[in-house]
Amino acid sequence: MSKPDKIYRSMMARLLLCLGLVLPGLAHADLMMMIRSHQTFPEAMALLQEAIKETGYTVSRVQRVDIGLTKSGYKTDKYRVVFFGKPAEIRDLTARYPELQAFLPLKISIFAEGNDTIIVTANPQHLKRAGDAKLQKVINRWEKDISRILTKMRKAD
Amino acid sequence: MQLRFVLPLFLLWSVCQAAPDGEALYEQHCAACHGSEGLGGVGVPLALPAFQQSVDDDFLHKTIRLGRPGRVMPGFRFLKDQEIDAIVQHLRGFVPGKRAAFSRQPVKGNAAHGKALYAKYCAACHGAKGEGGKGTGVTFSRPRDLPIIAPAINNSGFLASAGDAMIKEALMQGREGTPMISFLKQGMTEQDINDVVAYVRSFEKQPPDEKPIEFEKEPLTLVYDSPHSFEQTVEKVKQAAVGMNFRIIRVQTLEDGLQAKGEENSKQVIVYFCNFQLLNQALAVDPRVGLFLPCRVTVVERAGKVQLYAINPKRLSVLFNNNELNKLCTGMYDTYVTILEEASL
Repeated sequence: MSKPDKIYRSMMARLLLCLGLVLPGLAHADLMMMIRSHQTFPEAMALLQEAIKETGYTVSRVQRVDIGLTKSGYKTDKYRVVFFGKPAEIRDLTARYPELQAFLPLKISIFAEGNDTIIVTANPQHLKRAGDAKLQKVINRWEKDISRILTKMRKAD
Repeated sequence: MQLRFVLPLFLLWSVCQAAPDGEALYEQHCAACHGSEGLGGVGVPLALPAFQQSVDDDFLHKTIRLGRPGRVMPGFRFLKDQEIDAIVQHLRGFVPGKRAAFSRQPVKGNAAHGKALYAKYCAACHGAKGEGGKGTGVTFSRPRDLPIIAPAINNSGFLASAGDAMIKEALMQGREGTPMISFLKQGMTEQDINDVVAYVRSFEKQPPDEKPIEFEKEPLTLVYDSPHSFEQTVEKVKQAAVGMNFRIIRVQTLEDGLQAKGEENSKQVIVYFCNFQLLNQALAVDPRVGLFLPCRVTVVERAGKVQLYAINPKRLSVLFNNNELNKLCTGMYDTYVTILEEASL
């Protein structure tokens, strides 16, 4: 391959990568990350757990908020909280950043709204600490991963 | 050869020139709360004919841009004007038909007289100071048959978005299918209505009742040292939570479900607790509060030192843009502090 060809291919690859990153649903720096899935709650719940696993995380537990509320006599639609994380990463981070222990494992709330399902979580950027580049890298990855999980769910509609 | 270099530039140019896709933007930024068809949810319904027919495009554009500070709806300051216009065009498609257009000229009226009329006719729904109805859209917060929540007409986002003529029209005609009735039909004269509009506009000059929580000044986490052993501290957390009317729902290691049994760090334990009445109240205020759930204190022993960790609800509440939730979170902050203090006493 000639040198101009190499330059051309490299340029095109970079441009397409940039377009690919920019075009589909440009993730903005919102404080909450939230989507509406047109799947029913059981379908969305299964999809969410699958998407979390596919993104390289372990689902550690599902908190059935609606069950506790219903047992206490309150009316509610389906409402769950899904906890997840990377085992080694959580061990490492809680040792290095003890204050994060209150926020780990990560979690996503999922609740029914009629025939739709709402999936919502806080943008991990709210955990950032000024001047800590290492932690920022982790937080940025969490944000991207959660965005990927939510995109997968949206695409499944 | 030159074409090869022109092609990428053309691609880039064509992307930049492409008209924004209102439907895609709406789906991305609005549908989670307002529903794909505009039927509402966490957010208010937008597909209500009476609403669509009584607001102009400028009101919708400014509402998207500025949001409603403290009333859940965020301001989309990062969107370009053309993108907001595209969203407005898309949501106009929910109710095709004639669109309202209003003058931006101020309405002249006697605000003092308007204040008395407001107290008599408007305060019951919109609040004594225009603070609006409680709760968010239609989920959890109220029965689904109620089509719309009384807006906070003292909200800076509302006042900047709604012109006097638009407010006047709502008072004159009401909004069919909502509790907002025509006040002309209730016996008010046009001048009375002008006076009410003048009073509503005067909210702009009144300082807000509540001081907003300053996110940056609040610590991320509440941390307490415990003078007790690890096991004693866990027990004391449980007792303190029960003493504050919470039910212990689970005690587990932080690594439960992540590490194999026996390989978890047994000196890093989460005590989960819940007060379902409080939870139900919080969900009514904002259905997104799963972020706080369940309440928890993490007890950790490292190098012989036992510490307690909890989230700071005041700091987290800022993420929700919901003043009503702020009040609950301030109460929850006090509760957490009491539990942590008692457990570490």
